[in-house]
Amino acid sequence: MQTIYLDHNATTPLRPEVLVAMLPYLNVHFGNPSSVHRAGRRAKQGLEEAREQVAAFMKARPAEVLFTSGGTESNNLALRGMRRATYDTGKHIITTAIEHSSILEPLRRLAGEGITVTTLPVDREGRVSAEDLAAALRPETTLVSIGLANHEVGTIQPITALSRMIHEHDVLLHVDAVQAAGKLPLEVHSLGVDLLSLSAHKLYGPKGIGALYVRKGTNLLPLMSGGAQEREKRPGTENVAAAVGFGVAATLAAQEIEWQAAHSLRLTTRLWEGIQDKVSHVSLNGPERDRLANTLNVSFAGAAGEGLMMGLDLAGIAVSTGSACAAGSIEPSHVLLALGRDEAMAKSAIRFSVGRDTTEQEIDRVLEVLPSVVERVRAAARSQS
Amino acid sequence: MFSTQHSALSTQHFSSEARSKRVLAALSGGVDSAVAAALLVEAGYEVIAISMLLAGNADGHDGGCCSIDDFQDARRVAEQLDIPYYVLNLKEAFRSRVIDVFTNEYLHGRTPNPCLLCNRDLKFDLLWQRARELEAHFVATGHYARVTYDQQNDSYQLQRGTDQQKDQSYFLFTLSQAQLARTLFPVGHLTKTEVREKARTLGLRVAEKPESQDICFVPDGDYARFIEQRLSAEQVKAGEIVDQDGQVLSTHEGIHRFTVGQRRGLGLGGLAEPRYVTHIDAQSGRVMVGTRDQLGTRGLLAKEVNWTAGTQTKETRAAVKIRYRHPALPARIIPQAEGKAVVWFEKSSPAVTPGQAAVFYDGERVLGGGWIERAL
Repeated sequence: MQTIYLDHNATTPLRPEVLVAMLPYLNVHFGNPSSVHRAGRRAKQGLEEAREQVAAFMKARPAEVLFTSGGTESNNLALRGMRRATYDTGKHIITTAIEHSSILEPLRRLAGEGITVTTLPVDREGRVSAEDLAAALRPETTLVSIGLANHEVGTIQPITALSRMIHEHDVLLHVDAVQAAGKLPLEVHSLGVDLLSLSAHKLYGPKGIGALYVRKGTNLLPLMSGGAQEREKRPGTENVAAAVGFGVAATLAAQEIEWQAAHSLRLTTRLWEGIQDKVSHVSLNGPERDRLANTLNVSFAGAAGEGLMMGLDLAGIAVSTGSACAAGSIEPSHVLLALGRDEAMAKSAIRFSVGRDTTEQEIDRVLEVLPSVVERVRAAARSQS
Repeated sequence: MFSTQHSALSTQHFSSEARSKRVLAALSGGVDSAVAAALLVEAGYEVIAISMLLAGNADGHDGGCCSIDDFQDARRVAEQLDIPYYVLNLKEAFRSRVIDVFTNEYLHGRTPNPCLLCNRDLKFDLLWQRARELEAHFVATGHYARVTYDQQNDSYQLQRGTDQQKDQSYFLFTLSQAQLARTLFPVGHLTKTEVREKARTLGLRVAEKPESQDICFVPDGDYARFIEQRLSAEQVKAGEIVDQDGQVLSTHEGIHRFTVGQRRGLGLGGLAEPRYVTHIDAQSGRVMVGTRDQLGTRGLLAKEVNWTAGTQTKETRAAVKIRYRHPALPARIIPQAEGKAVVWFEKSSPAVTPGQAAVFYDGERVLGGGWIERAL
């Protein structure tokens, strides 16, 4: 069975060009970039070219790019690394209720270690307000961490407007751009960020590599010790092939960012109009505008998202619902709850996220299958109660 | 009257016309359910594997039925069988319908059976909802029990598993005719030894996995402590330990620590004859003890009786099991109004434990069963 993959916010397939670029660094140029000899220098060259490419992707300087193992590590390094650097003064951090768990969980730990964390609410479309942020800023605030675009509903935050206020208070801004990268133009200076997290596998690069942008002059302490790599901020032999893949993927993503946005918007519009046409009692989660063009999160009232996801999977259509726990079962989305959806609506939500490889034919096929799957799941729930 | 029907394993389900039908197979991560799923795949069914996340957050929770390792085992078995695999999140339902009931029953002086509650409310209820959602014709589990079809009466019959040591029909008496018609127990006609042998032949990675023991959500077996953790201090019913005449012998720290027939942990040393718990009074918090002779009763009252094999209104003779591990005892069953039944034991007077199930057998066949309300 041909799979129709509509879960690009979870991960994306590796682009063939990326694989081709990576391969020599897995066999021919296998050297350790820290080695002084020719093999080491050759590997180092690949690593540093990749750093330049990732830096260019967000209009940063190469020296401001640290490679990490991915988005989760970048977020942890930003939050905990800042905490370590500002140990005496850093007593207050601000975030939002709809962040990824790799932000919320580390902050929960920090709260247990004596840091005060303010979690800003969002409106029904997932937007955080400047007024709430202004009210939350205090003299002892050291860091604000906000996601540029939400992973589940696609809401884009007005970061530029917020960053001005944040800097007026002499507070640092960390932005989780993992989900936005490759879908929105990214410029660290116009955004006004001090720290920014990226992940390669969300933009057709390999898994296991990400980056943290650290604005020059920002003090950040490493979480691990044991090597001088990445300016001593992230010790350990670098994942050279993955970094090379990241660099190429980022370069390609930047080149086609407008095309991808237009392509995605055409597909999600077609999908949303088709769903409204063919399925009753549906509602959009997230804003109509100022949303990631590739993301469409829909609640199907009276149907369990878990059952919808399984039914679609058996029909060869990959979508997602909530987030998976360690065992692989689905937990209700904290994002949808924060948007004011009740538990039943949150549990009846499905996230469709299209990609550069998604076609109109695939969307039409989904629109053929989806109504009967929804009807079946709704009928099963009715006969239960 | 029925003995010839159960020789072939649920023949109607395994006939060729049934093949290519979709089955939702529960995978626990153990060997029985793995072999059950494998047999279905061999028989040509389209099998979808399901594990149920019931307790814990499955993040670092060790032991019991819901550890990460068990899900990992189940997932790998599904991969070996090349069938889709999903984990259902039933934590909320398990908490409200099993754990809360479990705790509450103890506070009422009864000894609940969480596996029975789980089978009735989760495995064969919520699982069925998923089955309907996915257009599955059958739900299958690794229970040692069999379902046969009685053509004469056009009814489905629940039978003991062939392996008398493993027979789990006791846990299944709540199944309705409609559920039996669409339930498969693929290992019901096998012995445990044969199941392991089959798992080895198929190279299933769980072939040598040890049996799970105890109550799955209390991995260390200390259920008294588990209950205490969930209670406020006022809810713990401490009280007196009294003899049959009401004489106070000692005190105790909570009725939830006792079950009828219990001998250990009474703190009554130095008596010529051992004492057993004969009665727990939740109202007064009193635990009554007596000698072995005083422990037994002549009968019991069962409620919420389900007549698995067809509703009975007249007095019926049957063999009755009052705990999973007890032998079935000959008895007369007299149906009462409101789904109740009185059971009179014919030759014996066992220790009856309110909260457990009384399951009625006619030889291999389950006639029905009910929840023990009290001893008579």
